[in-house]
Amino acid sequence: MSAPILELQGLSKRFASRLDLAERIAKALGARVEEYDVQAVSDVSLAVAEGEVVGLVGESGCGKSTLARMVAGILPPSAGTLRWRGRALAELPAEERRRANLAVQMVFQDPMASLNPRLRIGEIIGEAPRFHGIVGAGEAEDYVAGIMRLVGLDPAYSRRYPHQFSGGQRQRVGIARALAVKPDFLVCDESVAALDVSIQAQIINLFMRLREELRLTYLFISHDLGVVEHISDRTVIMYLGRVVEAAPTPELFAAPNHPYARALLAESPRIDTRKRAFAPIKGEIPSPLAPPPGCTFHPRCPHAMERCRREAPALREIAPGRLSACHLNDVT
Amino acid sequence: MNQDQPMKGQQIEAGAPLLRVEGLRTEFETRAGAVRAVDGVDLEIRRGEILGLVGESGSGKSVTGLSLLGLVDPPGRVGGRILFEGEDLARAGERRLRHIRGARIAMIFQDPMMTLNPVLSVETQMVEAVLAHARVTREEARRRSRDALARVGIPSPEERLRAYPHQFSGGMRQRVAIAIALLHAPALIIADEPTTALDVTIQAQILFEVQKLCRETGTALLWITHDLAVVSTLADRIAVMYAGRIVETGSVAEVIDTPRHPYTRGLINSVPSRNRRGQPLAQIPGMTPSLLDLPRGCAFRPRCPRAQEDCQEEPGLFGAGHRWRCFHPEPVPAMGPATEVRA
Repeated sequence: MSAPILELQGLSKRFASRLDLAERIAKALGARVEEYDVQAVSDVSLAVAEGEVVGLVGESGCGKSTLARMVAGILPPSAGTLRWRGRALAELPAEERRRANLAVQMVFQDPMASLNPRLRIGEIIGEAPRFHGIVGAGEAEDYVAGIMRLVGLDPAYSRRYPHQFSGGQRQRVGIARALAVKPDFLVCDESVAALDVSIQAQIINLFMRLREELRLTYLFISHDLGVVEHISDRTVIMYLGRVVEAAPTPELFAAPNHPYARALLAESPRIDTRKRAFAPIKGEIPSPLAPPPGCTFHPRCPHAMERCRREAPALREIAPGRLSACHLNDVT
Repeated sequence: MNQDQPMKGQQIEAGAPLLRVEGLRTEFETRAGAVRAVDGVDLEIRRGEILGLVGESGSGKSVTGLSLLGLVDPPGRVGGRILFEGEDLARAGERRLRHIRGARIAMIFQDPMMTLNPVLSVETQMVEAVLAHARVTREEARRRSRDALARVGIPSPEERLRAYPHQFSGGMRQRVAIAIALLHAPALIIADEPTTALDVTIQAQILFEVQKLCRETGTALLWITHDLAVVSTLADRIAVMYAGRIVETGSVAEVIDTPRHPYTRGLINSVPSRNRRGQPLAQIPGMTPSLLDLPRGCAFRPRCPRAQEDCQEEPGLFGAGHRWRCFHPEPVPAMGPATEVRA
């Protein structure tokens, strides 16, 4: 494997709620308000090789979007290091850091929420490259037209507003906006989740074509296992802020190791199964405000042992390139 | 869990379908002219059967569900026949419909917050729903509510009854909505994308409960969704909608394994797991047409790889049992299901 383009080392994010003045007064008067911390992402380490597509899977509240935002530079991590091409991002001089940040762009789930409804498409796509001096004001129009053609949009539409497009076309605008600053790395957070099946196929194909043409690297986040299995080289599964399993995609889908990964794969409906009797795992993802002690999955795990209640399992290599965090792997 | 509660739909009759819809038409008047959101839909559901109604956004699948229950507000117009237990709901008055809604036909929506009142406790809402259709004491109504919560797998139903909707998680909220739908053991439940907003493991739990309930009580289910994978695991039969019409219908095996309508085949082929990993997905070109400006003849014609001259005429339904609305259907493979997807 080539040297990682992006490396996360022990990345964590804690959201803290601090009492404001009114709440402090209320508390002094005896109201039950407390400060609390939410550990959204804890100690995630991950290396992404250049040109690789890493799929990140998990249910709501598992911290996948928080992780994506840290990778994209939108949220500062509470602890841990982000390395871009081998160098810690926090230690780079300002100019290089700006360039590294520009090289990682994000494509969001809902283009209607991420595109300014009052700007024309041409302005949305052209604003960032002009601001960052990638194109001069004179060539901006041609540049935008080129980007629009690249994502399969007719440049004649550049004077339209986002609401005049269909959902699939809007997502193309969202992709064009990200590509306009010539990134090396795209973070896609549920970028195809809101689309119809036939449109979803078009956008997935677009992502794969762009990967070839522009030599892009992806962190592809989705709750749809079918999409992740199709598009990614390596799959990472998160549960309650932690990575529970990471492996090359074909191996993980053929033989998941972690009990949560197994449950997730068994329960996602597939078009080839008929009239299946569902045998779901019990319970729901616990609140990150009060995560269970030991392994965070143990209250729902069919194989939980005494040790799982006391001790959190470490993520370690169970086979070359395969990582899993489960005590069962120690029992042989 | 309570087993001896009266279940009206328990006796499963063969023969006459529970619901038969003929020529359902729903139109909305807009400034640009009349939009026919549902255009001549025929459906049949037998007791205890699960029918998956599949379509993309704008296909008319949700409006079909609302039309069946008389929930389309004027100036929307609903035409056709909706025969439910021998009675035409399209001609029933509002009083009669109120009597049927909730008692004989229940509805579950995608967003349970649409069903639940945020400022009333679950108990208040459920007791109210019981008393709307049954002459029982408050105590009895409360008991039934608690049992309904237990039946959909809500832990400690006695305490949860006193909680408010915002105190439940998304999955639990949807369970409450399903429990309310089940209160009067309806003969038919219409569910519009009920698990779309839920996580995979929670969706599996809900599908498990729904499957069990249909088996135990003989409740029929119309499951409206865009998700082919969910219906193929859950349903007995599938109806595929495109631009306000049903373009293909049949058993799950027939429709998924040997689709005859090119649109159905296109949809199935664009599902990632039907494609080889890393290869481009098979895709349907273009996008769903505007209902204001439908192409003449078959609405799928401009996107269809098999379209010919005669598709400018409106195709009727072909086949028996497994039916499709297409002049040039996909050939049936000589043997085995259509697993080869790359043309």
